[in-house]
Amino acid sequence: MSAVADAAGRSAPAPATRERTGLPRRVARNRRAQLGVALAGPVVLLALLGPLLAPHAPTVFVGRPFEGPSSSAPLGTDYLGQDVLSRLLWGGRSVLWMSLAATFLGVAVGVWAGLVAGYTRRSIDAAIMGVSDLVLGLPQIVLALLFVSMLGPKLWLIVVLVAAAHAPRVARLTRSVTLEVTRREFVEAAEVLGVGRWRIRIDEVLPNLVTPLAVETGIRLTWSIGMIAAISFLGFGIQPPNADWGLMINENRTGLSVQPWPVVGAVLCISVFAIGVNLIAEGISRTVAGDDGREAP
Amino acid sequence: MSRVVEVADLRVELAGSGLDIVDEVSFGIDAAEIVAVVGESGSGKTTVGAALLGYARHGARIARGSVRVDGVDVLALGPEALRAARGKLVAYVPQDPATALNPAVTIGVQLVEALKAHDECAGQQERRERVRQTLAEVQLPDDDAFLKRLPHQLSGGQKQRVCIAMAVACRPRCIVFDEPTTGLDVTTQAHVLETVRTLCATHGIASVYITHDLAVVATLAHRVLVTYAGRIVEQGPCEAVFTRPRHPYTQRLVAATPHVHVRQVLEGIAGSAPAPRRRPQGCSFAPRCAFAEARCRELEPPLTLVAPGQEVRCVRAEELSITPRASLAVVGESASSPAAAPLVELDNVTAYYGGVAAARDVSFALHAGECLAVVGASGSGKTTIARTIVGLHVDRSGAIRLDGEELPRAAKDRPLAVRQALQFVFQNPYGSLNPRRSVGDIVAMPLRHFAGIRGREALPRVEEALERVSLSPAFAQLYPGQLSGGERQRVALARAMVCEPRILICDEITSALDVSVQASIVRLLERLRAESGLSMLFITHNLALVRALADRVVVMQDGRIVESGDASDVLLRASHSYTQRLLRDTPRLEPLTINQHEVKGAVR
Amino acid sequence: MSSVQAHGPELDAGEAVLAALAPAPARRHIRGRRHLWIVQRLAVALATLFAISILVFAATQALPGDPARVILGHDATRAQLADLRAQYGFDKPLLTQYADWLKGAVTGDFGQSISAHQAVTTVLGDRLTNSAILVLLTMLAIVPLALVVGTVVAVRADRAMDHAVTVVALVLNALPEFVIGLGLVMLFATNVLKVLPAVALIPPGASPLAHPSNLVLPVATLALATAPYLIRLVRASVMEVLQAEYVRMAELKGLHRRTILIRHVLPNALIPFIQGAALTLAFLAGGVVIVEYLFAYPGIGGALTQAVTSRDVPVIQAVTLILACVYVGANLLADVLVVYATPKLRRG
Repeated sequence: MSAVADAAGRSAPAPATRERTGLPRRVARNRRAQLGVALAGPVVLLALLGPLLAPHAPTVFVGRPFEGPSSSAPLGTDYLGQDVLSRLLWGGRSVLWMSLAATFLGVAVGVWAGLVAGYTRRSIDAAIMGVSDLVLGLPQIVLALLFVSMLGPKLWLIVVLVAAAHAPRVARLTRSVTLEVTRREFVEAAEVLGVGRWRIRIDEVLPNLVTPLAVETGIRLTWSIGMIAAISFLGFGIQPPNADWGLMINENRTGLSVQPWPVVGAVLCISVFAIGVNLIAEGISRTVAGDDGREAP
Repeated sequence: MSRVVEVADLRVELAGSGLDIVDEVSFGIDAAEIVAVVGESGSGKTTVGAALLGYARHGARIARGSVRVDGVDVLALGPEALRAARGKLVAYVPQDPATALNPAVTIGVQLVEALKAHDECAGQQERRERVRQTLAEVQLPDDDAFLKRLPHQLSGGQKQRVCIAMAVACRPRCIVFDEPTTGLDVTTQAHVLETVRTLCATHGIASVYITHDLAVVATLAHRVLVTYAGRIVEQGPCEAVFTRPRHPYTQRLVAATPHVHVRQVLEGIAGSAPAPRRRPQGCSFAPRCAFAEARCRELEPPLTLVAPGQEVRCVRAEELSITPRASLAVVGESASSPAAAPLVELDNVTAYYGGVAAARDVSFALHAGECLAVVGASGSGKTTIARTIVGLHVDRSGAIRLDGEELPRAAKDRPLAVRQALQFVFQNPYGSLNPRRSVGDIVAMPLRHFAGIRGREALPRVEEALERVSLSPAFAQLYPGQLSGGERQRVALARAMVCEPRILICDEITSALDVSVQASIVRLLERLRAESGLSMLFITHNLALVRALADRVVVMQDGRIVESGDASDVLLRASHSYTQRLLRDTPRLEPLTINQHEVKGAVR
Repeated sequence: MSSVQAHGPELDAGEAVLAALAPAPARRHIRGRRHLWIVQRLAVALATLFAISILVFAATQALPGDPARVILGHDATRAQLADLRAQYGFDKPLLTQYADWLKGAVTGDFGQSISAHQAVTTVLGDRLTNSAILVLLTMLAIVPLALVVGTVVAVRADRAMDHAVTVVALVLNALPEFVIGLGLVMLFATNVLKVLPAVALIPPGASPLAHPSNLVLPVATLALATAPYLIRLVRASVMEVLQAEYVRMAELKGLHRRTILIRHVLPNALIPFIQGAALTLAFLAGGVVIVEYLFAYPGIGGALTQAVTSRDVPVIQAVTLILACVYVGANLLADVLVVYATPKLRRG
């Protein structure tokens, strides 16, 4: 009796019921994510290394316009007579760097704004949400066109504009998570100790943001790709004679029935890239579903 | 007495792995009889209740057995017949009425649809009549205005009574009550229990009452089934099981249940209940049992008859003769020195929530080394006062003093020494720890904040803090998701104790815990008090717990203090009508486990 | 209380879809004064539009540099620049310019289009109607489709069907609209089948409804671009409701499956859907821009792209404001409908 009463003190440590493997490793085991990497990976490589493999420079004329596939131009020529294959190999870089830059810039600003808005005085919250609503008041593409119209198709401007379109949406998500987390008792426990707000945001809120943010960033990246390709397609992105997938689609539309390869090639590149990234985002989302952290053991 | 329900050899297992959740469950219920199924988390009691309606939750499967209600085997019915049986033959009252009622549909419709689905009455008029009748039986208004209400417009107690009305409306032969009074305050609970008792007697319904609260069982049920790790370990008439429990687990449960009139030493049970995947060979309770022998670990004991109507699953049942009376270590009152200077003083404190006063003119003092309990129902203002003292709630007037010095309202405005001296532990074990940080980080946080000690330097003190709350230092590597509710509260206590506070405020810290876990936490609190001279403010709604732990008590109603004084005085000789009502409505295990003679003898 | 999860992996990104709607007013407390809240919300929307007007103005007329030169280009003569400045008031102080412009905008007078030499309202009038036709047809197509497909997939536990729908939705969701549009063009207009026009050939002044073959591909593009989101939303919200306690309770009460579905599941599942539908309407305001360019459809989006190319400032301003109004209006509608549909908020 007394032995047990005494032992009512020490309890053996619970064996690990769930492996605490890091998020990247768990995502790597997800089939969707794997498929996504299998799709997006090669496209990224293509975009990065393409210029090294291209048989011709993108602006060299190798034949007459809209010629079919031949020995010198395996996919034929485009509307000016340039080699379609080379232009495809050269055309990914701009989409790649611009979408990555826009996504990360947008996410960074959005997270900062959301962290502040979700855990601060009402007035500051209202101000941040007001600015965010302002930016959200316009469709993304319209916002982009608005500034591009008078300032010209500058690439950094497009990155900033697309980032600006992402930031409010990321801010909303971050704010909502921050609001929810800071209502929980462990944040109150820190407040009782007198811990400062930014310390709480970084130590207590941020770790809980990692999973929703991972999913959201994947979704944002997919949108970035689509948006930047669309802006180029409209002719307001990177300008001719540069090679760019979105631009190529627009340039060669007129010859679709005769020489579809430039359009088909560019469409495939953009599509596979976007679908791959979306699959990775899905994979992350499925991996973290149910990762509430509050499950009863 | 005709036998209405007959459960034979029921087994529910996990769908994928085939591991059992509950097994070898057999029992019977007569008409108008209430059988309680008692157990702690993971015992499988909810699973048994659901199986009576042929229901297994997602991921589980009813593998074997029969459930005969009025001769019909529910488990053998096809889908349409099962649907017809549910609600009509066997009905269900859920644990949480707030989520069980559709928020978008009126009460009236939700009551009538059960009648319609079972063709219970001839036409609309009759259905209306039956609904009114049922509402009257559960003491709810039966007018049209009430029927048009939506669930969120009702109080917790009213919602629960609506659920009971839904169950009774079709005049079933059996009702399964799944912990229906969890979360209700004591007085509402008393009313609901009374309603259940009357309804079952009037309509001759055979009832299964699932609960973890032994005191409720003692007040309500005729017979009790004690479950542990998916098995029935003891069953029999309430009086017999509680006065002379044969199974060691039952005895430990009784020893862990606090009594209102006697200050006893609460005993927890070492270890924790095994989940389906980790049930040991042999008797599942053996790892935690004081009387376990070699043969207990080899073979699972069968359920054997030890007295008329009483069965036990223990090979040593005959030899062991345990009376809870003998094992309840009753203590005398603690020697609190009223002459000690007040440590914390509240002077006419009124706390507001959006303009409304949640607590009014509250004045009391906490003396050095004592444990003061603040008792009241939800909405009495006790939690608000606790949060005001610690600086979380700032909308207040009046003065709060520590060592004579007045304290600023907000915690962050207070001097460091004050913040270090005054610590708080929260009610919700699942919200009080950050799921994304390790236990070690969580406990080290105050060290870093107050003394700038971080990383490796903090480790020894973290380990020391964990050992003080009876957790092995290896816990520092774990994350909250891997801990049980009791372990999480210990971590929260470790976090509070790591900086050597002088005052600990506990806000209903055991309300969400099983009774045996609650008992070990109470033991731990007493030990911490004895070791370090800690003063404690203990917020609770459980009067029996007050008796077990506190020196003095303050009773609050609707934001005001209605009575205060020594714990023994107030609980034995309550002068205010509210306190008396609370005492009257609190269900007791005592009549069965302690007789009056001993009560008088123990109290001075 | 074992750790078996109630939700399977099925709720994946559907939850992300639902969570994205979470900031809706449904989570905040609106005590009783529903009407007051709507007025407040309306005021906020108007304030947002006001702020957007400043943004639009600033982006087009208030940038550093000479707007006249930007519009006419480098080889414009001094006289041309002076004329333009006088005609459009670029020489007046900014505040006056803004006030004049705003006054005009509110009364419907957006000035003269620089390239068309006509009143902006004349230029845009028909186009606005044409775009509205596109949007309306799209909504008519996807709302019932999403409801039916989403519900059926969620209720039937058929893994194959669920899988197929999810995969298709995933692919379509990822693709930019113009890619979907081009895919359709290649399939039906230029390369595989040649049954539909690749470019909208509508005589000026005629209504597109009189030449319906021109509507098929643009509407199909918009529908394919937006339907996946709605379908996944319905699926996720129906699945979530199916796992709710009150649905389990309804089963335990012995109600018929159909009663449970119609009375208990759908009304609650519809709330996020209504919000999602309104948000889709908002999305379409931007979607028309690209689709109309792709198909040379005479709509308001097409006007915008043309105006940006020719730097036709009044048209840019007008179209942007109009689209912003639609966008903000649709968002407002989403919030209001949610409040009306949520019983807790309806009765306070």
